[in-house]
Amino acid sequence: MNHPTTHVSQTETPQGRWEHFPHQADMGVKGIGPTKEAAFEQAALALTGAITNPESVRPVKAVSITCDAPDDELLLVDWLNALVYEMATRNMLFGRFAVQIYDHRLQATAWGEPVDVARHQPAVEVKGATYTALSVKEEPPGCWTAQCVVDV
Amino acid sequence: MDLQRLTRHGENEWMIEPQGTMRVPGVLYATESLIRDMDDKVYEQVVNVATLPGIVRASYAMPDAHWGYGFPIGGVAAFNPDKGGVISAGGVGFDISCGVRLLRTGLTTEEVQPIKEQLADALFHHVPAGVGSTGRLRLNRDEMDAMLSGGAKWAISKGYGLREDLALIEEGGCMGGAEPSCVSDQAKKRQQDEMGTLGSGNHYLEVQRVAKIFDESIGAAFGLREGDVVVSIHCGSRGLGHQIGTEFLKRMAVSASRHQIALPDRELACAPINSEEGQEYLGAMRAAINCALANRQIITHLVREVFEKLLPQASLTLLYDVSHNTCKVETHEIDGKPARLFVHRKGATRAFGPGHPDLPPSLRAVGQPVLIGGTMGTASYVLVGTTKGMALAYGSACHGAGRSMSRHHATRRWQGREVIKELASRGIVIRSPSMRGVAEEAPGAYKDVSEVVDAADEAGLAKKVARLEPLVCIKG
Repeated sequence: MNHPTTHVSQTETPQGRWEHFPHQADMGVKGIGPTKEAAFEQAALALTGAITNPESVRPVKAVSITCDAPDDELLLVDWLNALVYEMATRNMLFGRFAVQIYDHRLQATAWGEPVDVARHQPAVEVKGATYTALSVKEEPPGCWTAQCVVDV
Repeated sequence: MDLQRLTRHGENEWMIEPQGTMRVPGVLYATESLIRDMDDKVYEQVVNVATLPGIVRASYAMPDAHWGYGFPIGGVAAFNPDKGGVISAGGVGFDISCGVRLLRTGLTTEEVQPIKEQLADALFHHVPAGVGSTGRLRLNRDEMDAMLSGGAKWAISKGYGLREDLALIEEGGCMGGAEPSCVSDQAKKRQQDEMGTLGSGNHYLEVQRVAKIFDESIGAAFGLREGDVVVSIHCGSRGLGHQIGTEFLKRMAVSASRHQIALPDRELACAPINSEEGQEYLGAMRAAINCALANRQIITHLVREVFEKLLPQASLTLLYDVSHNTCKVETHEIDGKPARLFVHRKGATRAFGPGHPDLPPSLRAVGQPVLIGGTMGTASYVLVGTTKGMALAYGSACHGAGRSMSRHHATRRWQGREVIKELASRGIVIRSPSMRGVAEEAPGAYKDVSEVVDAADEAGLAKKVARLEPLVCIKG
């Protein structure tokens, strides 16, 4: 059964906050911020939070990411999947993000470092972002949320 | 799940009558208590699958069904290509060909008990597990394609294992029709360092003891006796499968409207079997099946190396290797006639009954071993496919316990170190690179696997043969 608990981010900044929401087998990631870009950045922190404490990840190396999709929701899935791919192939974790979105094209920088098993204690690999509980919306005005379930 | 919405057709069989756009009914196999505990999302997902074009007979849910992506986990559905049938990336899932391999060791519990800790350390050291772990093998482009075409057969040709292993793997260890050219460069790149790695999450490598035999004659045919020690390997196609799932999910979600398919849920993304997307997905998914078979073969070799060193009297032989996230072409009798169907099993284990031509000669008379993974603190089970099961859900059974609690709820309730300590007091040795990972996988976060297996047995999906209890568990 699902339990109505949420794992709220440890730091809430003017840029927003992130949460996990329950899914029976896996985990939902949610970013909340004043802009769509901020919500996408926070959703990426929530993605890292599924693996380790994002604050334990040092911003040693920057990686550029671009993706585009026909709508905001598919763009969120593409963004998170691009991060999953970069984490897997570079053997890195990311703890800081800067996102810009023009129409449905996203340009971003992710800062992070190679996985350090002893320090990061990574709990799971994320296999991919899914379309389950997927939404990107501004409600009320000035409050964006970007969320979906990730398969772990 | 609300029982009022279902029609009961037997002790463990429940039906969702066709309604709205459903083309076939939904059929759930479970006890009343399992049904009550099932999420309403399972109902919704069984109904959604029943609306897909070309679905045959019913949309099925196994006793361990839970909320998945598009398809429920524990979902089985078959599609007829000649009637507009579809293939669904969501119906296979991200971890293509995730499955379980069981090895006999020829050892007794008494032989293994005294060196359990040493065995755990050696397996943990020798078999790469967890986030960021890499295998010793790095595949170049040509080797990658050879692996994707050859599966376990390729691994054996590279020295990982024995030729006699092949007959005891689904598809003889090599899935035909794999098309490495349909697998993207990104998927291949994600896999190049991951051959022979266990992964993380619910994947594991366990040394287990046969705690109970329920059927002496089939137990004997499977070479299992109470007190024997066996090894289970649970993992899949690693990054390659995940990337293929990700890419085709998007491609099929976008192309669905072009194929006039109305998707009740984007995650049900599918394409007609006879379309370009459908055929390319088939080629890529079959390559991922080979990747999973090769991966479990390499891990088998690593496990054999450890046993050879620590327990040289051991002889590790395969009982069977069966996947639970696949789409396979199979012939089943529909309305008294054989039909060629694309059977999706998403978190459901193939369970062919006695006499099936796809079974190796040594198993054909008894039926296919059905390997059900449990949690690190409870038990796993070996079942056998039945003739009745062939008629129920195309020869399919459950695949595991299924979670009852979300991961972050589990981490609030348990700490990894406490879980390890508690299991140690019960004689179960755990090794894992991540304490948080152990907490998320705490046995209490799962349903009772015995109840799930009993339901499968009572429904006739498969028959119980043996109960396996962990001695050593390596968690990714």
